Amino acid sequence: MPAVESRTGFAKRDFAPWADRALAPLLRIEGVTKRFGAYTAVDHLSLDIYQGEFFALLGPSGCGKTTLLRLIAGFERAGAGRVVLDGVDLAPVPPYRRPVNMMFQSYALFPHLTVEGNVAFGLKQEGLPKAQIAERVAEMLTLVRLEKFGARKPHELSGGQRQRVALARSLVKRPRVLLLDEPMAALDKKLRGETQFELMDLQRRLGLTFVIVTHDQSEAMTVADRIAVMDRGRLMQVAPPAEIYEQPNSRWVADFIGSVNLLEGRAGRDGMSVEGTALGRLHVAAKIAAEPGATVWVAVRPEKLRMTPTPGSPDRQSALENDVAATLVDIAYLGDLSIYRLRTDAGVPLQATRANTAPLAERGTGANDKVWLSFPRDAAIVLTR
Amino acid sequence: MTDAHRTRQKPYRSFMAKLVVRIPYAWLIAFFLVPFLIVLKISLSQTAIAQPPYTPVFDLAAGWHGIARLFAGLSLDNYAFLGSDPLYFLSYAKSVEIAAFSTVMLLIIGYPIAYAMTRTPRRVQAVLVVSVILPFWTSFLIRIYAWMNILQHDGPLNRLLLALDLVREPPVWLSTNTAVYIGIVYSYLPFMVLPLYATLEKLDESLLEAAADLGCPRWKAFWLITLPLSAPGVIAGALLCFIPAVGEFVIPDLLGGSRTAMIGQTIWTEFFANKDWPTASAVAVVLVCLLVTPIVIFQHQTMRGVERD
Amino acid sequence: MRKLSTFNLASLFIGIAFLYLPIAILVVYSFNASRLVAVWGGWSTHWYAALAADAPLLGAAFTSLRVALISASAATFLGTLAAVALVRFGRFRGRLPFAAMIYAPLVMPEVITGLSMLLLFVAISVDRGFWTVVIAHTTMAMCFVAVIVQARLVDFDMSLEEAAMDLGASPTRTFMAVTLPLILPAIAASWMLAFALSLDDLVIASFTTGPGATTLPIRIYSEVRLGVSPEMNAVCSIMVAVVGIAVIAASLLTKLGAARGGPARL
Repeated sequence: MPAVESRTGFAKRDFAPWADRALAPLLRIEGVTKRFGAYTAVDHLSLDIYQGEFFALLGPSGCGKTTLLRLIAGFERAGAGRVVLDGVDLAPVPPYRRPVNMMFQSYALFPHLTVEGNVAFGLKQEGLPKAQIAERVAEMLTLVRLEKFGARKPHELSGGQRQRVALARSLVKRPRVLLLDEPMAALDKKLRGETQFELMDLQRRLGLTFVIVTHDQSEAMTVADRIAVMDRGRLMQVAPPAEIYEQPNSRWVADFIGSVNLLEGRAGRDGMSVEGTALGRLHVAAKIAAEPGATVWVAVRPEKLRMTPTPGSPDRQSALENDVAATLVDIAYLGDLSIYRLRTDAGVPLQATRANTAPLAERGTGANDKVWLSFPRDAAIVLTR
Repeated sequence: MTDAHRTRQKPYRSFMAKLVVRIPYAWLIAFFLVPFLIVLKISLSQTAIAQPPYTPVFDLAAGWHGIARLFAGLSLDNYAFLGSDPLYFLSYAKSVEIAAFSTVMLLIIGYPIAYAMTRTPRRVQAVLVVSVILPFWTSFLIRIYAWMNILQHDGPLNRLLLALDLVREPPVWLSTNTAVYIGIVYSYLPFMVLPLYATLEKLDESLLEAAADLGCPRWKAFWLITLPLSAPGVIAGALLCFIPAVGEFVIPDLLGGSRTAMIGQTIWTEFFANKDWPTASAVAVVLVCLLVTPIVIFQHQTMRGVERD
Repeated sequence: MRKLSTFNLASLFIGIAFLYLPIAILVVYSFNASRLVAVWGGWSTHWYAALAADAPLLGAAFTSLRVALISASAATFLGTLAAVALVRFGRFRGRLPFAAMIYAPLVMPEVITGLSMLLLFVAISVDRGFWTVVIAHTTMAMCFVAVIVQARLVDFDMSLEEAAMDLGASPTRTFMAVTLPLILPAIAASWMLAFALSLDDLVIASFTTGPGATTLPIRIYSEVRLGVSPEMNAVCSIMVAVVGIAVIAASLLTKLGAARGGPARL
């Protein structure tokens, strides 16, 4: 499945090389397949990654994202297809000759070498003069804020410090692509958040291309310019985070990222509505790309559902909005927002979330309350698969 | 299969890499496999009073004629001889019996020691492992000789027994089966304790805690959980002791007497005293055949330990 | 916190005592002025003095040391190669017979390996002597080395090697710069084991030796067959002391290596 172009409107910053048809990708993966015995880890996968991107491979455990990373690094050999970097086919190139560096999940720091020794290792293999090595090592250590730790051994460092050594070690060779294998898996939540922003900052300042593998959605959404969502060795969707969230291309992606309410129905004759859903006829904002009568699904994100208490009219803002009556079943209070589980009178379960902006005393709704749920047309995402 | 379980194989095999395999392989074929084949061949030959004391000799210069003469000269006479004289059969039987009994004793003595080692604090365990290995570093011969000292008629053991009034007359220890048992158990103890310790040490404490939580008393938990899970260690230790013990020479020679003619001694006598190389070879071949099943089991066990990773 | 029951404590104590008591007794009797074990003649070191004058014995000791040094080094080299092949090379062709040949000598009775090697040397008309013993000991010891180094390699974190290769080190450079330094304690330990095995071996040496290459165990054996003697006690006590000091020194060194940084894993 070729990389899907996306509107620059969804890009995080003013940077979207994938939209520029004239630009050649830095890293091109063409129809790559990798099998382990009878098990297919990567299935005929094609992907383009551009210079300067922070690219994320996201997916559930076992989807093949780490295998793909290792194929780029050279630790696995593809059974079919090519990996092309800067126009050069990497197949005959062993990992120690590829201009690609990897930051390992376990950091893989050499326990018998100091921090300086670890960072200098890659430069030593290049045969650079000692003075130059020392200079670049010092520079890199300053960049990751470990200047004072040069003489320490890995076992004398904290988890976060070890991670920075691993980062410094893989960056010091100025690779064309830096691969990161779940780099923040071992860090606690607060440190993880800080490190994510540090990584983004570093990447932009150095102008490098990063490819990160993660199973953590919020991490991918935070750091990446584009995300490739994978499942069982295949690409499901490749797009900037906002587009993946607001415009998933399939039920699988809609369900995998965040939470979603899914309703099955048939495309209406006018092309702007969906009929026969559990909530009746629903109006959508864009023309449906399917034949009238074809089975489609409507996805609505929980935060897009508005709740108003009954009796009274639903909080409609236009005649073409969608609404339904429902009963509140359960509330999960998460501090900054609350998750509401509801059931329509017809018995359809729905989920809504609302930020807890109103002060506690004025919240109002409780279990078994009857409410009206409504959502605007453009909150309805129509999926054809 | 998750992302974490993948075959990590070296995809690039260089010339150097091929050497890494070929050098030890060649050495082992030359100095382990080929000698075995020679033993087999000689066991099928006849004694000759010459150097080397056997015929037919493999004469490369004689070409095809030499090879034909070689095969013509082979016979199963030596094996027939082994079968005819009960001395040999008794020797094999005795060796297996002594080795088996010693192995059982080793298990009984070694298991509590290994188990106790796992119950000590971590830091003490390292010291204990070294202390168990240390006697092993000292000469095997010396340790058997030490027992010769102790088991002498007027040696310290008898003097202790007399002093404690446990016996009226000093018993005879040397040149008995008992002395051989003591010698084997003493020498092979590290070989039993260490594999057992290695297996017991890997045992997951939380299994025993779960058993306790489900109402299982400690002795029962030991019987139902610890013991079965330590089976690989038990098998490894038992085979590591039993197999070489069958062919033991030094211990029965120094501590036992003519009454305990184990097969190792028989081979030695045939070879050095009687200068009967073909018979000695035949005895050796039969011994290998006897031990082939335990050896294969041992190799299978060891390989499984490696494969699992 | 694991509790040590009385039974366990007793087993430990008795077990360790059982292992060391005979050696202790032997050492004590080497200082016995009287020749007879039954009679305690007071403390004396004259058996040690007699040792110094015993030229054949010293010669045998020297031969044993030379054989042990050479065969231990050769065995460590070959055994390490074999371990690397077994652990890192996957399922190559001929792996099964290779592994079989490595594990078999571990348990094979020494009379068989000794006899077979002697017959080999005779068949190819090689004069038996110093070098045949060295070859025999190397073959026997390399299997122990292989097993120990293999155990360490299996535990070894592969991602360290991958990281090294990722940073530009070829497989050979990776092995020398990363793998080898980290498995060095295991290699050193197996060298010492090979050394001790060679120094200690009686049966194989008896089969494969020749004139002029008498090893210490052969000499000791011929003496002790005739019975206990205090000179032998003295020799043995010295050997025990030497080995004891060496092992204690080795474990202290390993602990020192650990303290300075880097794991001291065996």
